[in-house]
Amino acid sequence: MPVLAGLAAACVFLVVGCLSSSIFAQQTVAGLAQGVIFSSLALSLVLIYRATEVINFAQGEMAMATTYVAYQLTLWGVTYWLAFFLTLGIAFVLGVVVQLAVIRPIQHSVIAVVIVTIGLFILIDGVVSWIWGADLKFMPAPFGKTTYHVGAVTVARQDIGTLIVSILSVFLLWMLFKFTRLGLAMRAAALRPASAALVGIRVNWMLAIGWGLAAVLGAVAGLMTEPAQFVLQPTMMQAILLYAFAAAVLGGLESPAGAVVGGLALGVFLNLVGQYVGFATSELRLPIAFAVLLGVLLLKPTGIFGHKKVRRV
Amino acid sequence: MKLRVPTGLPAAAIVAVVLALLPFTLSGYHQGLASEVAIYFIAILGLNILTGYTGQISIGHGAFMAIGGYTTVVMSHDHHTNLLLTLPLAFAVAFVCGVLVGIPALRFSGVYLALATFALAVSVPQLTLKFSKFLGGSNGLQASTTVSHTWLYATSWSCAAILFAVAWLLLGGRTGRAFRAVRDSEVAAVSTGISLPIYKVLAFGVSAAFAGVAGSLFVIHTNGFAQPNEFGVILSLQILIGAAVAGLGSLWGVLVGALFVGLLPNLSTSVPVIGSSHGQDVVFGLIVIGVMLLLPNGIAGLLARVARLRART
Repeated sequence: MPVLAGLAAACVFLVVGCLSSSIFAQQTVAGLAQGVIFSSLALSLVLIYRATEVINFAQGEMAMATTYVAYQLTLWGVTYWLAFFLTLGIAFVLGVVVQLAVIRPIQHSVIAVVIVTIGLFILIDGVVSWIWGADLKFMPAPFGKTTYHVGAVTVARQDIGTLIVSILSVFLLWMLFKFTRLGLAMRAAALRPASAALVGIRVNWMLAIGWGLAAVLGAVAGLMTEPAQFVLQPTMMQAILLYAFAAAVLGGLESPAGAVVGGLALGVFLNLVGQYVGFATSELRLPIAFAVLLGVLLLKPTGIFGHKKVRRV
Repeated sequence: MKLRVPTGLPAAAIVAVVLALLPFTLSGYHQGLASEVAIYFIAILGLNILTGYTGQISIGHGAFMAIGGYTTVVMSHDHHTNLLLTLPLAFAVAFVCGVLVGIPALRFSGVYLALATFALAVSVPQLTLKFSKFLGGSNGLQASTTVSHTWLYATSWSCAAILFAVAWLLLGGRTGRAFRAVRDSEVAAVSTGISLPIYKVLAFGVSAAFAGVAGSLFVIHTNGFAQPNEFGVILSLQILIGAAVAGLGSLWGVLVGALFVGLLPNLSTSVPVIGSSHGQDVVFGLIVIGVMLLLPNGIAGLLARVARLRART
């Protein structure tokens, strides 16, 4: 309850702030658009963590690689939105293949899986720079460069588009988990693998599909990051991944809603602090994000939405 | 346990003799490489004390290396301190920082601790940018003296030997038993009268101090030049990879782990097929994944398997 009260208070603060200052409103909207990208990637981390208690360090690089695939498709003359959806399909296959090929054989050892994902991080980085080169690339802007003026507030169409696409994909995923048999089976496999297997669910396949869906969400994050940064380069998701870690932990690592709220909160918070606190220069953005994270963890070691695990000894 | 002294000592003696003779046959460049292996050896040894013996995962040891490295460079640059004297100083400063990190780390466990320490790895290099007047910023800071390859080789391997002995004495005795008890079951450890906070924080301090010395040597290795980029996230990940390849909870695997992360990236630059510098990432990533798939428990796991086979025959 204190958590919900705190969130409500934060929302009231933001609304009052937005109504009283146009700069505040502008920074809030820009922060939401950034935050929703953190949310998507954080959510893909949470999907995998819930199922296997493993953090996928390669999530950001997988997203980056799929964005390059979309870039290649647009080079071949495919229109942006067709390339977008084709890329999501390719991302799904990539996620499933990664899980089957290198994660499943060692999934009983958490530390081995973590190291393998770090290896994947390095490998994907190398492969992408090898194929496409490490120099900057440019993609067509999916939402155009229009800006809207609402009173004194300037809002980029880009930011609105990012918000809509990301929220839509999160919503579709939530529908999948809540209302389909597949989603039910996946939740069962993640929460009670042994019982799920007993009722005939193929737990291993569910985990692989989970990796695929996580890769799709990551691809959405990557595709939305590219227009936000205006360029495509192999390092584009590395900082985003760190913010997504912070967002996921902030939300409690096991809670999808927490990941979304955590990402949005982080995006808005960083933009507002950057605007109003003189000490918080751009080189301190990441440290501030992590200071917030540490502060929250010290108060609530399992994150905002996390539950304390009770262990039998 | 009784077996360890008779099999361990001759092995250690052989390694020591080989290391003492090596500089007479190696060129300056290769002595530099060998020193790099020693530096990784020290850092991985430190991480192994923390993760392998008390079960606290850290992805932030690059941060402690940065602290040690900057201690050396600042002392040398501002006060013209002898580089040798800065090593124990780096040890002490990193120890204090390790204790300071270890105290809040008591509240975290498992993956939360891993991500909190990862935050450290990301934030510390950024701090050097913020306090650029004192720490040189992105231009780096230059120590007042530089040393020869042979000096570095002798010093780094002497440090490695001394710290290995320290680790052996520490882990073989009462403290080591307490560490392992904490790792295997915190509840059981507490009920036999072991003070959890003291031993967990002590392990953090010692581990960080080792990394501090490694960082100090690392800076001396780069001709006394310290720069935030050198201590990026990749460094922390490499130490973690080394520790995983070495296998947790064993001192003997550490040498192999150090050889792995110290030499492999240098060797794999010369891969003919891919050629350019991206080849390094591709090959290194592939080999990291391959090794973890083949040896999920690292070299220590392999050694244990060999020992079991020998005991059976």
